[in-house]
Amino acid sequence: MIDVRNFNFFYGEHQVLHGINLEIPDRQVTALIGPSGCGKSTFLRSINRMNDIIPGTRGEGLIAINGENVYAPSVDVVSLRRRVGMVFQKSNPFPKSIYENVAYGLRIGGMTDKRRIDATVERSLRRAAIWDEVKDRLNSSALALSGGQQQRLCIARALAVDPDILLMDEPASALDPIATQKIEELVYELKSNYTIVIVTHNMQQAARVSDRTAFFMLGKLVEYDVTKTIFMTPKEKLTEDYITGRFG
Amino acid sequence: MKSAALGVSVLLILAILLVIIGNIAIHGAKQVTWEFISQPPRDGLMAGGILPAIVGTAALVMLMSIVAVPLGVATAIYLHEYTPAGGSWIATIMRSAVANLAGVPSIVFGLFGLGFFINFIGRNIDRATQPPGEVLWGQGSLLWAACTLALLTLPTVIVATEEALRTVPQDLREASLALGATQWETIRRVVLPGSLPGILTGAILGISRGAGEVAPILFTGAAYYLPFLPGDVTDQFMHLGYHVLILSTQSPDVEATKPLLYGTVFVLLALTFLLNLAGVVIRTRTRSRLAR
Repeated sequence: MIDVRNFNFFYGEHQVLHGINLEIPDRQVTALIGPSGCGKSTFLRSINRMNDIIPGTRGEGLIAINGENVYAPSVDVVSLRRRVGMVFQKSNPFPKSIYENVAYGLRIGGMTDKRRIDATVERSLRRAAIWDEVKDRLNSSALALSGGQQQRLCIARALAVDPDILLMDEPASALDPIATQKIEELVYELKSNYTIVIVTHNMQQAARVSDRTAFFMLGKLVEYDVTKTIFMTPKEKLTEDYITGRFG
Repeated sequence: MKSAALGVSVLLILAILLVIIGNIAIHGAKQVTWEFISQPPRDGLMAGGILPAIVGTAALVMLMSIVAVPLGVATAIYLHEYTPAGGSWIATIMRSAVANLAGVPSIVFGLFGLGFFINFIGRNIDRATQPPGEVLWGQGSLLWAACTLALLTLPTVIVATEEALRTVPQDLREASLALGATQWETIRRVVLPGSLPGILTGAILGISRGAGEVAPILFTGAAYYLPFLPGDVTDQFMHLGYHVLILSTQSPDVEATKPLLYGTVFVLLALTFLLNLAGVVIRTRTRSRLAR
Protein backbone atom coordinates (compact mmCIF):
# COMPACT_ATOMS: atom_id res chain seq x y z
CA MET A 1 0.00 0.00 0.00
CA ILE A 2 1.17 3.47 -0.81
CA ASP A 3 0.18 5.82 1.95
CA VAL A 4 0.44 9.52 1.19
CA ARG A 5 0.03 12.01 4.02
CA ASN A 6 0.12 15.76 3.66
CA PHE A 7 2.62 15.62 0.81
CA ASN A 8 3.90 18.91 -0.60
CA PHE A 9 6.28 19.37 -3.50
CA PHE A 10 8.33 22.37 -4.57
CA TYR A 11 10.23 23.45 -7.65
CA GLY A 12 12.53 25.94 -5.96
CA GLU A 13 10.17 28.38 -4.24
CA HIS A 14 7.23 27.38 -6.37
CA GLN A 15 4.89 24.91 -4.69
CA VAL A 16 3.35 22.48 -7.19
CA LEU A 17 1.69 19.97 -4.86
CA HIS A 18 -0.35 21.06 -1.85
CA GLY A 19 -1.11 18.72 1.02
CA ILE A 20 -1.86 15.54 -0.90
CA ASN A 21 -3.52 12.77 1.13
CA LEU A 22 -4.44 9.41 -0.35
CA GLU A 23 -4.06 5.69 0.10
CA ILE A 24 -3.29 3.59 -2.94
CA PRO A 25 -4.30 -0.03 -2.37
CA ASP A 26 -2.22 -3.02 -3.46
CA ARG A 27 -2.95 -4.90 -6.69
CA GLN A 28 -5.34 -2.38 -8.05
CA VAL A 29 -5.09 0.21 -10.75
CA THR A 30 -5.24 3.78 -9.53
CA ALA A 31 -5.67 6.44 -12.19
CA LEU A 32 -4.50 10.02 -11.74
CA ILE A 33 -6.48 12.45 -13.89
CA GLY A 34 -6.62 16.20 -14.21
CA PRO A 35 -5.86 19.06 -16.59
CA SER A 36 -2.30 19.67 -17.85
CA GLY A 37 -0.01 21.13 -15.24
CA CYS A 38 -2.19 19.96 -12.34
CA GLY A 39 0.70 18.10 -10.74
CA LYS A 40 -0.37 14.53 -11.44
CA SER A 41 2.88 13.64 -13.22
CA THR A 42 4.94 15.38 -10.54
CA PHE A 43 3.09 13.34 -7.94
CA LEU A 44 3.70 10.12 -9.88
CA ARG A 45 7.40 10.88 -10.18
CA SER A 46 7.56 11.62 -6.45
CA ILE A 47 6.67 8.03 -5.65
CA ASN A 48 9.94 6.65 -7.06
CA ARG A 49 11.79 9.92 -6.46
CA MET A 50 12.49 10.52 -10.14
CA ASN A 51 12.06 14.20 -9.40
CA ASP A 52 15.33 14.05 -7.51
CA ILE A 53 17.20 14.41 -10.78
CA ILE A 54 15.72 17.87 -11.32
CA PRO A 55 17.86 20.31 -9.33
CA GLY A 56 16.14 22.56 -6.81
CA THR A 57 13.18 20.30 -6.17
CA ARG A 58 12.09 19.03 -2.79
CA GLY A 59 9.31 16.94 -1.32
CA GLU A 60 7.81 17.39 2.13
CA GLY A 61 5.50 15.14 4.06
CA LEU A 62 5.05 11.43 3.76
CA ILE A 63 4.88 8.93 0.94
CA ALA A 64 5.11 5.55 2.59
CA ILE A 65 5.37 2.26 0.73
CA ASN A 66 4.45 -0.60 3.08
CA GLY A 67 5.05 1.75 5.98
CA GLU A 68 8.45 3.04 4.89
CA ASN A 69 8.72 6.72 4.00
CA VAL A 70 10.47 6.99 0.63
CA TYR A 71 11.68 10.48 1.54
CA ALA A 72 13.41 9.29 4.72
CA PRO A 73 17.15 10.03 4.64
CA SER A 74 17.99 6.36 5.14
CA VAL A 75 16.20 5.29 1.95
CA ASP A 76 18.45 4.06 -0.86
CA VAL A 77 16.99 5.58 -4.02
CA VAL A 78 18.50 2.84 -6.17
CA SER A 79 16.73 0.04 -4.31
CA LEU A 80 13.54 2.12 -4.11
CA ARG A 81 13.49 2.41 -7.90
CA ARG A 82 13.99 -1.31 -8.27
CA ARG A 83 10.83 -1.86 -6.24
CA VAL A 84 8.90 0.88 -8.03
CA GLY A 85 9.14 0.51 -11.80
CA MET A 86 8.25 3.26 -14.21
CA VAL A 87 6.93 3.48 -17.75
CA PHE A 88 7.19 6.82 -19.48
CA GLN A 89 4.93 8.79 -21.77
CA LYS A 90 7.25 8.48 -24.72
CA SER A 91 8.55 4.97 -25.21
CA ASN A 92 12.27 5.11 -24.53
CA PRO A 93 13.97 1.84 -25.36
CA PHE A 94 17.76 1.90 -25.27
CA PRO A 95 19.45 1.78 -28.67
CA LYS A 96 20.32 -1.84 -27.97
CA SER A 97 18.81 -5.17 -28.92
CA ILE A 98 15.38 -6.21 -27.63
CA TYR A 99 17.07 -8.77 -25.39
CA GLU A 100 19.59 -6.29 -23.96
CA ASN A 101 16.83 -3.78 -23.22
CA VAL A 102 15.05 -6.23 -20.96
CA ALA A 103 18.29 -7.59 -19.52
CA TYR A 104 19.55 -4.09 -18.65
CA GLY A 105 18.03 -3.89 -15.18
CA LEU A 106 19.17 -7.43 -14.40
CA ARG A 107 22.76 -6.70 -15.37
CA ILE A 108 22.69 -3.48 -13.35
CA GLY A 109 21.45 -5.54 -10.43
CA GLY A 110 24.45 -7.81 -10.79
CA MET A 111 22.84 -10.88 -12.37
CA THR A 112 25.43 -12.67 -14.51
CA ASP A 113 24.02 -16.18 -14.94
CA LYS A 114 23.10 -16.35 -18.62
CA ARG A 115 20.35 -18.93 -18.09
CA ARG A 116 18.68 -16.90 -15.36
CA ILE A 117 18.83 -13.78 -17.50
CA ASP A 118 17.39 -15.68 -20.48
CA ALA A 119 14.54 -17.00 -18.35
CA THR A 120 13.76 -13.60 -16.83
CA VAL A 121 13.86 -11.87 -20.20
CA GLU A 122 11.39 -14.39 -21.62
CA ARG A 123 9.10 -14.21 -18.61
CA SER A 124 9.09 -10.40 -18.67
CA LEU A 125 8.37 -10.26 -22.39
CA ARG A 126 5.53 -12.74 -21.93
CA ARG A 127 4.04 -10.73 -19.09
CA ALA A 128 4.20 -7.63 -21.23
CA ALA A 129 2.34 -9.51 -24.00
CA ILE A 130 5.02 -8.97 -26.59
CA TRP A 131 6.90 -12.29 -26.50
CA ASP A 132 5.16 -13.80 -29.53
CA GLU A 133 5.94 -10.72 -31.62
CA VAL A 134 9.66 -10.58 -30.81
CA LYS A 135 10.74 -14.08 -29.84
CA ASP A 136 12.36 -14.68 -33.23
CA ARG A 137 14.33 -11.44 -33.26
CA LEU A 138 15.50 -10.88 -29.72
CA ASN A 139 18.87 -9.73 -30.99
CA SER A 140 17.63 -7.12 -33.43
CA SER A 141 17.44 -3.47 -32.49
CA ALA A 142 14.60 -2.36 -30.23
CA LEU A 143 14.36 0.82 -32.30
CA ALA A 144 13.01 -1.19 -35.25
CA LEU A 145 9.83 -2.02 -33.31
CA SER A 146 6.61 -0.06 -33.76
CA GLY A 147 5.63 2.56 -31.19
CA GLY A 148 3.18 0.26 -29.42
CA GLN A 149 5.68 -2.59 -29.36
CA GLN A 150 8.36 -0.28 -28.02
CA GLN A 151 6.08 0.77 -25.20
CA ARG A 152 5.31 -2.84 -24.29
CA LEU A 153 9.03 -3.57 -24.45
CA CYS A 154 9.56 -0.73 -21.96
CA ILE A 155 6.93 -2.34 -19.73
CA ALA A 156 8.77 -5.68 -20.03
CA ARG A 157 12.01 -3.91 -19.16
CA ALA A 158 10.41 -2.44 -16.03
CA LEU A 159 8.91 -5.82 -15.05
CA ALA A 160 12.24 -7.62 -15.42
CA VAL A 161 13.63 -6.21 -12.17
CA ASP A 162 10.53 -7.56 -10.41
CA PRO A 163 9.00 -4.42 -8.89
CA ASP A 164 5.94 -4.41 -6.62
CA ILE A 165 4.63 -1.16 -7.99
CA LEU A 166 4.42 0.06 -11.58
CA LEU A 167 4.10 3.76 -12.29
CA MET A 168 2.83 4.67 -15.74
CA ASP A 169 3.00 8.22 -17.02
CA GLU A 170 0.45 8.47 -19.86
CA PRO A 171 1.81 5.25 -21.37
CA ALA A 172 -0.56 5.25 -24.34
CA SER A 173 -0.82 8.94 -25.18
CA ALA A 174 1.46 8.64 -28.22
CA LEU A 175 -0.07 5.43 -29.55
CA ASP A 176 -2.79 4.61 -32.06
CA PRO A 177 -6.13 3.16 -30.82
CA ILE A 178 -5.18 -0.48 -31.41
CA ALA A 179 -1.83 -0.16 -29.64
CA THR A 180 -3.61 1.76 -26.88
CA GLN A 181 -6.10 -1.05 -26.48
CA LYS A 182 -3.26 -3.54 -26.11
CA ILE A 183 -1.65 -1.45 -23.40
CA GLU A 184 -4.98 -1.16 -21.59
CA GLU A 185 -5.55 -4.92 -21.72
CA LEU A 186 -2.03 -5.37 -20.42
CA VAL A 187 -2.65 -3.01 -17.51
CA TYR A 188 -5.74 -5.02 -16.68
CA GLU A 189 -3.73 -8.26 -16.76
CA LEU A 190 -0.86 -6.89 -14.71
CA LYS A 191 -2.91 -5.69 -11.79
CA SER A 192 -3.23 -9.21 -10.44
CA ASN A 193 0.50 -9.08 -9.68
CA TYR A 194 1.38 -5.42 -9.41
CA THR A 195 0.13 -2.24 -7.84
CA ILE A 196 -0.34 0.14 -10.74
CA VAL A 197 -0.56 3.92 -10.69
CA ILE A 198 -1.35 5.40 -14.07
CA VAL A 199 -1.49 9.01 -15.17
CA THR A 200 -3.82 9.58 -18.06
CA HIS A 201 -5.31 12.42 -20.01
CA ASN A 202 -7.92 10.14 -21.44
CA MET A 203 -11.08 10.04 -19.33
CA GLN A 204 -12.42 6.91 -21.01
CA GLN A 205 -9.13 5.19 -20.38
CA ALA A 206 -9.28 5.99 -16.69
CA ALA A 207 -12.85 4.71 -16.56
CA ARG A 208 -11.93 1.52 -18.42
CA VAL A 209 -8.74 0.43 -16.69
CA SER A 210 -8.76 1.79 -13.16
CA ASP A 211 -10.31 0.67 -9.91
CA ARG A 212 -9.78 4.00 -8.24
CA THR A 213 -9.39 7.48 -9.62
CA ALA A 214 -7.80 10.57 -8.14
CA PHE A 215 -8.68 13.92 -9.66
CA PHE A 216 -5.97 16.58 -9.36
CA MET A 217 -6.29 20.26 -10.08
CA LEU A 218 -3.87 23.13 -9.55
CA GLY A 219 -1.63 20.96 -7.39
CA LYS A 220 -4.41 19.82 -5.09
CA LEU A 221 -6.17 16.50 -4.84
CA VAL A 222 -9.80 17.43 -5.46
CA GLU A 223 -11.41 14.04 -5.16
CA TYR A 224 -10.32 10.45 -4.73
CA ASP A 225 -12.68 7.51 -4.80
CA VAL A 226 -13.67 4.30 -6.50
CA THR A 227 -13.59 4.98 -10.23
CA LYS A 228 -17.28 4.25 -10.67
CA THR A 229 -18.21 6.80 -8.05
CA ILE A 230 -15.93 9.44 -9.54
CA PHE A 231 -17.50 9.01 -12.96
CA MET A 232 -21.13 8.39 -11.95
CA THR A 233 -21.68 10.39 -8.80
CA PRO A 234 -18.78 12.70 -8.07
CA LYS A 235 -19.08 14.65 -4.85
CA GLU A 236 -17.28 17.73 -6.05
CA LYS A 237 -18.65 20.13 -8.64
CA LEU A 238 -15.13 20.55 -10.08
CA THR A 239 -14.77 16.82 -10.70
CA GLU A 240 -18.11 16.67 -12.43
CA ASP A 241 -17.25 19.65 -14.63
CA TYR A 242 -13.94 18.10 -15.60
CA ILE A 243 -15.14 14.60 -16.43
CA THR A 244 -18.09 15.92 -18.38
CA GLY A 245 -15.66 17.99 -20.40
CA ARG A 246 -16.73 21.43 -19.33
CA PHE A 247 -13.04 22.37 -19.05
CA GLY A 248 -9.76 20.54 -19.35
CA MET B 1 23.93 39.93 -56.88
CA LYS B 2 24.01 38.02 -53.65
CA SER B 3 24.39 34.66 -55.34
CA ALA B 4 27.08 36.03 -57.63
CA ALA B 5 29.11 37.17 -54.62
CA LEU B 6 28.56 33.79 -53.03
CA GLY B 7 29.69 32.02 -56.17
CA VAL B 8 32.83 34.13 -56.43
CA SER B 9 33.79 33.55 -52.82
CA VAL B 10 33.20 29.80 -53.11
CA LEU B 11 35.33 29.71 -56.25
CA LEU B 12 38.03 31.77 -54.57
CA ILE B 13 38.23 29.49 -51.55
CA LEU B 14 38.23 26.39 -53.71
CA ALA B 15 40.92 27.89 -55.93
CA ILE B 16 43.17 28.72 -52.97
CA LEU B 17 42.73 25.22 -51.58
CA LEU B 18 43.39 23.63 -54.95
CA VAL B 19 46.52 25.71 -55.54
CA ILE B 20 47.98 24.83 -52.13
CA ILE B 21 47.12 21.16 -52.24
CA GLY B 22 47.89 20.81 -55.94
CA ASN B 23 51.27 22.49 -55.58
CA ILE B 24 52.24 20.30 -52.67
CA ALA B 25 50.89 17.15 -54.26
CA ILE B 26 52.68 17.73 -57.59
CA HIS B 27 56.02 18.60 -56.04
CA GLY B 28 55.73 16.49 -52.93
CA ALA B 29 54.31 13.16 -54.07
CA LYS B 30 57.31 12.28 -56.24
CA GLN B 31 59.65 12.88 -53.28
CA VAL B 32 57.95 10.24 -51.22
CA THR B 33 60.05 7.19 -51.91
CA TRP B 34 60.75 4.25 -49.64
CA GLU B 35 64.13 5.76 -48.85
CA PHE B 36 62.52 9.08 -47.94
CA ILE B 37 60.24 7.57 -45.33
CA SER B 38 62.63 4.90 -44.04
CA GLN B 39 65.93 6.82 -43.61
CA PRO B 40 67.10 9.57 -41.26
CA PRO B 41 68.35 12.85 -42.78
CA ARG B 42 71.94 12.96 -44.03
CA ASP B 43 74.55 15.51 -45.10
CA GLY B 44 73.46 18.37 -42.86
CA LEU B 45 69.76 17.81 -43.66
CA MET B 46 70.48 18.22 -47.37
CA ALA B 47 69.69 14.60 -48.22
CA GLY B 48 68.21 11.41 -46.84
CA GLY B 49 64.77 10.86 -45.41
CA ILE B 50 62.51 11.93 -42.58
CA LEU B 51 61.97 8.71 -40.66
CA PRO B 52 62.81 10.19 -37.20
CA ALA B 53 60.36 13.03 -37.86
CA ILE B 54 57.57 10.62 -38.84
CA VAL B 55 58.18 8.40 -35.83
CA GLY B 56 58.55 11.44 -33.54
CA THR B 57 55.28 12.95 -34.77
CA ALA B 58 53.45 9.64 -34.39
CA ALA B 59 54.82 9.08 -30.88
CA LEU B 60 54.00 12.65 -29.90
CA VAL B 61 50.45 12.41 -31.20
CA MET B 62 49.85 9.10 -29.46
CA LEU B 63 51.21 10.30 -26.15
CA MET B 64 49.23 13.52 -26.47
CA SER B 65 46.02 11.54 -27.09
CA ILE B 66 46.66 9.41 -24.03
CA VAL B 67 46.86 12.60 -21.95
CA ALA B 68 44.24 14.77 -23.65
CA VAL B 69 41.39 12.37 -24.45
CA PRO B 70 40.74 10.87 -20.99
CA LEU B 71 41.18 14.27 -19.34
CA GLY B 72 38.95 16.02 -21.86
CA VAL B 73 36.24 13.36 -21.79
CA ALA B 74 36.25 13.29 -17.99
CA THR B 75 35.94 17.09 -17.87
CA ALA B 76 33.06 17.05 -20.34
CA ILE B 77 31.28 14.30 -18.42
CA TYR B 78 31.62 16.32 -15.25
CA LEU B 79 30.37 19.50 -16.93
CA HIS B 80 27.45 17.88 -18.71
CA GLU B 81 26.34 15.08 -16.39
CA TYR B 82 27.25 16.18 -12.90
CA THR B 83 26.64 19.92 -12.82
CA PRO B 84 22.99 21.02 -12.75
CA ALA B 85 21.46 21.96 -16.09
CA GLY B 86 20.77 25.53 -14.99
CA GLY B 87 24.52 26.02 -14.61
CA SER B 88 26.42 26.16 -11.36
CA TRP B 89 29.08 28.79 -10.84
CA ILE B 90 31.85 26.20 -11.07
CA ALA B 91 30.57 24.97 -14.45
CA THR B 92 30.35 28.55 -15.69
CA ILE B 93 33.94 29.19 -14.66
CA MET B 94 35.13 25.95 -16.23
CA ARG B 95 33.30 26.60 -19.49
CA SER B 96 34.69 30.10 -19.85
CA ALA B 97 38.16 28.77 -18.97
CA VAL B 98 37.82 26.20 -21.75
CA ALA B 99 36.65 28.85 -24.21
CA ASN B 100 39.56 31.11 -23.29
CA LEU B 101 42.01 28.23 -23.47
CA ALA B 102 40.89 27.71 -27.06
CA GLY B 103 41.75 31.31 -27.85
CA VAL B 104 45.27 31.33 -26.45
CA PRO B 105 47.95 31.58 -29.18
CA SER B 106 49.83 28.32 -29.54
CA ILE B 107 53.24 29.90 -28.90
CA VAL B 108 51.99 30.88 -25.44
CA PHE B 109 51.24 27.22 -24.80
CA GLY B 110 54.85 26.50 -25.78
CA LEU B 111 56.18 29.02 -23.29
CA PHE B 112 53.82 27.75 -20.63
CA GLY B 113 55.02 24.19 -21.25
CA LEU B 114 58.61 25.30 -20.86
CA GLY B 115 57.92 27.24 -17.69
CA PHE B 116 55.50 24.85 -16.03
CA PHE B 117 56.24 21.31 -17.19
CA ILE B 118 60.01 21.52 -17.72
CA ASN B 119 61.26 24.20 -15.37
CA PHE B 120 58.79 23.60 -12.56
CA ILE B 121 57.59 19.99 -12.60
CA GLY B 122 60.57 18.44 -14.41
CA ARG B 123 63.22 20.23 -12.36
CA ASN B 124 61.48 19.32 -9.12
CA ILE B 125 61.25 15.66 -10.11
CA ASP B 126 64.97 15.78 -10.87
CA ARG B 127 65.71 17.40 -7.52
CA ALA B 128 63.81 14.63 -5.76
CA THR B 129 64.94 11.61 -7.75
CA GLN B 130 68.23 12.32 -9.57
CA PRO B 131 71.77 12.73 -8.20
CA PRO B 132 72.79 16.43 -7.92
CA GLY B 133 73.63 17.94 -11.28
CA GLU B 134 71.92 15.20 -13.27
CA VAL B 135 69.07 16.27 -15.54
CA LEU B 136 66.56 13.72 -16.76
CA TRP B 137 63.08 15.24 -16.50
CA GLY B 138 63.99 18.92 -16.42
CA GLN B 139 64.58 19.23 -20.15
CA GLY B 140 62.58 19.11 -23.35
CA SER B 141 61.18 15.66 -24.05
CA LEU B 142 58.40 13.73 -25.74
CA LEU B 143 56.46 13.68 -22.49
CA TRP B 144 56.48 17.42 -21.86
CA ALA B 145 55.82 18.25 -25.49
CA ALA B 146 52.88 15.84 -25.45
CA CYS B 147 51.53 17.41 -22.25
CA THR B 148 51.84 20.91 -23.73
CA LEU B 149 50.13 19.83 -26.92
CA ALA B 150 47.44 18.08 -24.89
CA LEU B 151 46.56 21.41 -23.24
CA LEU B 152 46.11 22.89 -26.69
CA THR B 153 43.89 20.01 -27.81
CA LEU B 154 41.88 19.86 -24.61
CA PRO B 155 39.27 22.54 -25.48
CA THR B 156 38.43 20.80 -28.76
CA VAL B 157 38.00 17.46 -27.03
CA ILE B 158 35.91 18.94 -24.20
CA VAL B 159 33.59 20.91 -26.50
CA ALA B 160 33.13 17.97 -28.90
CA THR B 161 32.48 15.54 -26.06
CA GLU B 162 29.92 17.82 -24.44
CA GLU B 163 28.24 18.15 -27.82
CA ALA B 164 28.18 14.36 -28.16
CA LEU B 165 26.78 13.91 -24.64
CA ARG B 166 24.05 16.40 -25.48
CA THR B 167 22.84 14.18 -28.33
CA VAL B 168 21.95 11.38 -25.90
CA PRO B 169 18.24 11.91 -25.11
CA GLN B 170 17.33 12.68 -21.51
CA ASP B 171 14.64 9.98 -21.86
CA LEU B 172 17.31 7.30 -21.94
CA ARG B 173 19.00 8.60 -18.79
CA GLU B 174 15.62 8.58 -17.03
CA ALA B 175 14.85 5.07 -18.27
CA SER B 176 18.12 3.82 -16.84
CA LEU B 177 17.75 5.65 -13.52
CA ALA B 178 14.17 4.40 -13.16
CA LEU B 179 15.47 0.84 -13.41
CA GLY B 180 17.61 1.41 -10.35
CA ALA B 181 20.86 2.29 -12.10
CA THR B 182 23.14 4.75 -10.34
CA GLN B 183 24.21 7.85 -12.21
CA TRP B 184 27.62 6.38 -12.96
CA GLU B 185 26.09 3.13 -14.26
CA THR B 186 23.81 5.22 -16.45
CA ILE B 187 26.74 7.16 -17.84
CA ARG B 188 28.85 4.06 -18.41
CA ARG B 189 26.17 1.82 -19.93
CA VAL B 190 23.87 4.26 -21.73
CA VAL B 191 25.36 7.73 -22.14
CA LEU B 192 28.91 6.86 -23.16
CA PRO B 193 28.01 4.09 -25.64
CA GLY B 194 25.48 6.44 -27.21
CA SER B 195 27.92 9.29 -27.57
CA LEU B 196 31.09 7.33 -28.29
CA PRO B 197 31.17 7.97 -32.06
CA GLY B 198 30.75 11.71 -31.47
CA ILE B 199 33.45 11.68 -28.82
CA LEU B 200 35.83 9.79 -31.12
CA THR B 201 35.16 12.22 -33.98
CA GLY B 202 35.88 15.19 -31.75
CA ALA B 203 38.96 13.57 -30.32
CA ILE B 204 40.35 12.76 -33.76
CA LEU B 205 39.70 16.28 -35.06
CA GLY B 206 41.41 17.72 -31.99
CA ILE B 207 44.32 15.34 -32.35
CA SER B 208 44.74 16.12 -36.04
CA ARG B 209 44.90 19.79 -35.21
CA GLY B 210 47.48 19.10 -32.55
CA ALA B 211 49.53 16.94 -34.91
CA GLY B 212 50.33 19.89 -37.15
CA GLU B 213 51.14 22.42 -34.42
CA VAL B 214 54.77 23.46 -34.13
CA ALA B 215 54.80 26.39 -31.72
CA PRO B 216 53.90 24.41 -28.56
CA ILE B 217 56.74 21.95 -29.08
CA LEU B 218 59.43 24.48 -30.03
CA PHE B 219 60.69 24.85 -26.46
CA THR B 220 59.38 21.63 -25.00
CA GLY B 221 61.19 18.83 -26.77
CA ALA B 222 61.39 19.06 -30.55
CA ALA B 223 64.92 18.53 -31.82
CA TYR B 224 66.61 20.08 -34.82
CA TYR B 225 68.28 16.84 -35.80
CA LEU B 226 68.46 13.41 -34.22
CA PRO B 227 69.99 10.45 -35.99
CA PHE B 228 68.20 7.99 -33.72
CA LEU B 229 64.53 7.33 -32.93
CA PRO B 230 63.07 8.31 -29.55
CA GLY B 231 63.05 5.30 -27.24
CA ASP B 232 61.72 6.82 -24.05
CA VAL B 233 59.28 9.58 -23.05
CA THR B 234 62.24 11.56 -21.70
CA ASP B 235 63.93 11.59 -25.14
CA GLN B 236 63.84 14.51 -27.49
CA PHE B 237 62.32 13.88 -30.89
CA MET B 238 62.10 15.16 -34.43
CA HIS B 239 58.77 16.36 -35.73
CA LEU B 240 57.40 16.83 -39.24
CA GLY B 241 56.09 20.33 -38.68
CA TYR B 242 59.27 21.45 -36.94
CA HIS B 243 61.33 19.80 -39.66
CA VAL B 244 59.51 21.93 -42.24
CA LEU B 245 60.44 25.02 -40.25
CA ILE B 246 64.06 23.92 -39.99
CA LEU B 247 64.38 23.00 -43.66
CA SER B 248 62.91 26.30 -44.80
CA THR B 249 64.83 28.57 -42.42
CA GLN B 250 68.08 26.84 -41.41
CA SER B 251 69.22 25.27 -44.64
CA PRO B 252 72.51 26.51 -46.11
CA ASP B 253 70.98 26.18 -49.59
CA VAL B 254 67.25 26.71 -49.56
CA GLU B 255 66.80 25.94 -53.26
CA ALA B 256 68.54 22.59 -52.92
CA THR B 257 66.43 21.65 -49.89
CA LYS B 258 63.16 22.42 -51.66
CA PRO B 259 62.37 18.87 -52.82
CA LEU B 260 62.88 17.56 -49.28
CA LEU B 261 60.69 20.35 -47.97
CA TYR B 262 57.90 19.47 -50.38
CA GLY B 263 58.15 15.82 -49.46
CA THR B 264 57.96 16.58 -45.73
CA VAL B 265 54.99 18.90 -46.12
CA PHE B 266 53.27 16.27 -48.24
CA VAL B 267 53.72 13.60 -45.58
CA LEU B 268 52.53 15.94 -42.83
CA LEU B 269 49.50 16.94 -44.86
CA ALA B 270 48.70 13.33 -45.69
CA LEU B 271 48.89 12.41 -42.02
CA THR B 272 46.50 15.13 -40.86
CA PHE B 273 44.24 14.48 -43.84
CA LEU B 274 43.99 10.81 -42.90
CA LEU B 275 43.14 11.71 -39.31
CA ASN B 276 40.45 14.15 -40.49
CA LEU B 277 39.08 11.57 -42.90
CA ALA B 278 38.79 9.07 -40.07
CA GLY B 279 36.84 11.67 -38.08
CA VAL B 280 34.46 12.39 -40.95
CA VAL B 281 33.89 8.69 -41.67
CA ILE B 282 33.03 7.99 -38.05
CA ARG B 283 30.67 10.96 -37.99
CA THR B 284 28.77 9.99 -41.14
CA ARG B 285 28.46 6.43 -39.89
CA THR B 286 26.91 7.66 -36.66
CA ARG B 287 24.56 9.96 -38.50
CA SER B 288 23.27 7.20 -40.74
CA ARG B 289 22.91 4.90 -37.76
CA LEU B 290 20.88 7.51 -35.88
CA ALA B 291 18.75 8.24 -38.92
CA ARG B 292 17.75 4.60 -39.25
